[in-house]
Amino acid sequence: MVPDQLKKALEQRVKASVTPREAAVAVMKELQRHYGWLTDEAVSEAAQILGLTSLQIEELATFYEMIYRRPVGKRVIHVCDSISCWAMGGESLLEKLAAQLGMRVGETTGDGMFTLLPCCCLGNCGDSPTMMIGDNIYGCLTLEKTLEILQQEMQMQIDKET
Amino acid sequence: MMEQPLFQHNKAGRCVTFNEYRDEGGFSALEKALKDLSPEQVQQAVIDSGLRGRGGAGFSTGKKWSFVPRDLPGPRWLICNCDEMEPGTYKDRVLLEANPYSLIEGMILSSYAIGVRHAFIFIRRGYEEAAANLERGISECLKAGLLGENILGSGFSCDIDVHSSAGRYICGEETAMINALEGKRANPRPRPPFPAVKGLWDGPTVVNNVESLANVPYIIGKGPEWFKGLARTPEGAGTKLFCISGHVVKRSCVELPLGMPLGEIIEETCGGMRPGSSFKACLPGGASTPYFTAEHWNIPMDFDPVAQAGSRLGTGGIVVFDQDTCMVAATLNLIRFFARESCGWCTPCREGLPYVRHILENIEAGNGSEEHIDILQQHVTLLNYSFCALAPGAMGPVQGLLQHFMDELREHITKRRCPLNKDAKTHH
Repeated sequence: MVPDQLKKALEQRVKASVTPREAAVAVMKELQRHYGWLTDEAVSEAAQILGLTSLQIEELATFYEMIYRRPVGKRVIHVCDSISCWAMGGESLLEKLAAQLGMRVGETTGDGMFTLLPCCCLGNCGDSPTMMIGDNIYGCLTLEKTLEILQQEMQMQIDKET
Repeated sequence: MMEQPLFQHNKAGRCVTFNEYRDEGGFSALEKALKDLSPEQVQQAVIDSGLRGRGGAGFSTGKKWSFVPRDLPGPRWLICNCDEMEPGTYKDRVLLEANPYSLIEGMILSSYAIGVRHAFIFIRRGYEEAAANLERGISECLKAGLLGENILGSGFSCDIDVHSSAGRYICGEETAMINALEGKRANPRPRPPFPAVKGLWDGPTVVNNVESLANVPYIIGKGPEWFKGLARTPEGAGTKLFCISGHVVKRSCVELPLGMPLGEIIEETCGGMRPGSSFKACLPGGASTPYFTAEHWNIPMDFDPVAQAGSRLGTGGIVVFDQDTCMVAATLNLIRFFARESCGWCTPCREGLPYVRHILENIEAGNGSEEHIDILQQHVTLLNYSFCALAPGAMGPVQGLLQHFMDELREHITKRRCPLNKDAKTHH
């Protein structure tokens, strides 16, 4: 269940909007931040907070790339697969990274830490190849550099939890 | 020294502060307009300046404003399009990470010109630093009396809200953006009615790109004639943020006079091609523009000359490819992107793009046939029947491939393999 404090904050956000529905994406993003992904429970809670049906939330949730309707790892790695990154070796980076993590693109590591996903252009084309983990954008990636970043991200996650 | 209005306040390695921006003359255009100019005069100045939309279409910004009927009752809206998801484009991010204030000032001026009380900045997922700068800038402006009720005692009131999206290319299409902002699935809407008459919450609505709006303070501050003089072409106006990526030495976002030739941008601003690379082709204005090749080296990078040469200036996102790049593979990457990002609303786009992708995959894998070339050619025309500009834009690179790289395309078919991919196997 969503904590009271978060629920109040979200209701406040909805009230401040021109129409409640304008806040739909903001509410989904906040609930996702809380649960890690947009769970079925979060869909019903979002519907209730926004005065929409669960189906209306579902219709939105499945539309956006950065709303997860399936369980994901604690840190989701989005590797850009668009043209500027492709030109600089982004495609092979994604494949090599999957091999290093011992899984296929789209899967989550056994320890539940990382999910690996390709994504649409991140607007960091001058520093391609590039990826996003949480709110952090990383550029000029090589496989070695990427693995170092994953170590740091994992450490940050562990520090956050303890 | 060429003038760079948009980048003039930039500080090395950090965002300019509110006080620095104001001390360097920021918000003086807003003060001047609210004191001395009517909304009509602001609008006329922007029309006279020749400013054309920097998001891709290149339509006159001031004329777009003038389509909003003056006499319709109820609120009207301004949306700043910061859903910068066109592959190869990162100018709005660079601008807003360095300085959010030009955009904010430009939005207040534009709101004044159009008669908007409440404006929105629609910003994509991934631009968290830019969004934070904008949120901070908005609260600073509210505190300084430059936003909110009765701005600078003028009687004009305006608020700006930041709407953060969750990642979907189609949201950049202006009617899809209106649906997205309303919290609906972001499919495009039919036109007419045009947003200027019936848009956000059915009210008159203007959607402008970040860079277009950020230019407005400088047009009002220094005048339309000065703005026109910034361009290198006689018919052009202003500077342009070009963002370069791919196989050049220095990949960066730069503010240059509109109309600087392509070759000069690559040679002088980007330090030329990276060692071992020679120029083969580029996307001149983002992922949905037909390729330029060496024959276009001297084309001035301004809307009309680029259009006359068969492509589009688009967003100014130049993606450069060297001699080792397979243009079939590059086009396949682009089509994969567009097929995935199609919103699925209309049949030509939803069904046509995956079919084009399938054909290109076959050609690249050595399974192509002469008939495939005809199918690609037909789809360049057929996808013009789609509901919005996504599919015709997606076919831009395919059109460029057919026009400039027919020999390379045929070689894939006759050799039954990709001639540029050393690892590719011949298909028997």
